[in-house]
Amino acid sequence: MNARKVYMDYNATTPLHPEVKESMRRGFELYANPSSMHEFGRTVRNQLELVRQRIAECIGAGPEEIIYTGGGSESKNTVLKMHTSAHSGGAELPPGRSEIITSAIEHPSIIQTAQHLVSMGNTIHFVKVDRNGKVDMNHFLELISERTALVSIMYANNEIGTIQDIQSLAEIAHRYGALFHTDAVQAVGKIPVDVERLGVDYLSFSAHKFYGPKGIGVLYARKGKPYYPFIHGGHQEGGRRAGTMNSLGIIGMGSAVELIKAEMQEIEERLLRLKQRLRSGITERIPDITINGHPEDSLANTLNVSFHGAEGEAILLYMDLQGMALSPGSACSSGSLEPAHVLLATGVGPELAHGSIRFSMGRETTEDEVDYVLEVLPVVIKNVRKMSTVYSGECK
Amino acid sequence: MSNTNMWVYTDIVKEHFINPKNVLEDEEHYQDDGKGIVGNIKCGDQMMVAIKVSNDTITDCKWKTYGCASAIASTSVMSEMVIGMSIDKAYTIRPEDIVK
Repeated sequence: MNARKVYMDYNATTPLHPEVKESMRRGFELYANPSSMHEFGRTVRNQLELVRQRIAECIGAGPEEIIYTGGGSESKNTVLKMHTSAHSGGAELPPGRSEIITSAIEHPSIIQTAQHLVSMGNTIHFVKVDRNGKVDMNHFLELISERTALVSIMYANNEIGTIQDIQSLAEIAHRYGALFHTDAVQAVGKIPVDVERLGVDYLSFSAHKFYGPKGIGVLYARKGKPYYPFIHGGHQEGGRRAGTMNSLGIIGMGSAVELIKAEMQEIEERLLRLKQRLRSGITERIPDITINGHPEDSLANTLNVSFHGAEGEAILLYMDLQGMALSPGSACSSGSLEPAHVLLATGVGPELAHGSIRFSMGRETTEDEVDYVLEVLPVVIKNVRKMSTVYSGECK
Repeated sequence: MSNTNMWVYTDIVKEHFINPKNVLEDEEHYQDDGKGIVGNIKCGDQMMVAIKVSNDTITDCKWKTYGCASAIASTSVMSEMVIGMSIDKAYTIRPEDIVK
């Protein structure tokens, strides 16, 4: 086994910040049910409400607009489903508005929820993106109408890092009387997120993408906008999300929010330099590659590269054998070619979509680690290409 | 799944993935008696297999694969299986036989 380990899969999840770990260790003592009326319960509840305030301040919201959920997927399921008649209880949907618009490069938690809703008889449009992964505004304007109930567009893409112009998209949605949700799972903790500046009605994020714990997230829902719970059965979160509050998760998330607020700028500046080093290193050492994603409006930590003639999962597993954790554009072992949908939507051909690798870095990534990847990767690519039926040396 | 460090695939697949057998390296000069390509890049794999035959028996088999670890490993396993096999028998190989 290789002794050296390099983790470059921060968009999948991040390690806990050491101080988050510490705050959670203390949080283990707070066992009482935060909904209980006794002092035990009230003490815990007070802490969780302080966290709610802190989180609200961080994204420019009011505390009553923050709903704790079990993570990004739950937040997104809640938003999408509440805007269809089968899940909304029938009451709150504006008459005549039954369509949802989302994009072709959303995370599976949006795409597959949308596909489920289509199978239930709902109309959902998938707006196209351009070569760099930006929403095609002309297509968006074609799709949006007085029938649109909700527009849901991700803030930053998990695979290629492209950042959307949410402000403009939300403005257009509102002009047509539609509501706007953004999946900000990859944005919170990496770029500034402010619901007022963005002008969104709903926003989802998850703690484990910014050094907090897994299984806890937030759904921001603007005051006065339609809301219908996804999980029924209790009065928690003002009746908006049933289930005993996840005290430990909330405490960890609160600590993570605070820390990332203080550290974000420094981390992102460093990551941008590392990404440049990685990108130019790969470009110099490996022929026949394509860099995917937007050249400027892109997350500082994310680099997505297609290696002509080399298949992503094979590259990933050869790198894994050398101790490096990366993510492939598609993977047979997981039984799906799922993430390839993002690259295919940007117009990259199937060969390059299957031959793509995502490098996603974070606060613990070092220059030394980048250099190690740059040392091993060219050898791996060369070996995979040697076996390939597709690669013949020249750039197609 | 008791071993948490267990790899994505079994040991045999892993071995063939790390050290693939019979990869066709010098395609230009390889004098094959038969060659076939299957698969589709759209689906994520494509295999090319070239064989040498004498007296209806496969005497050599070389290959190239564009695909994931299991595609690479299974082509490698298959190449080892068919060398020394009669053409007729090789035609009847099923995916299950490679898995064994």
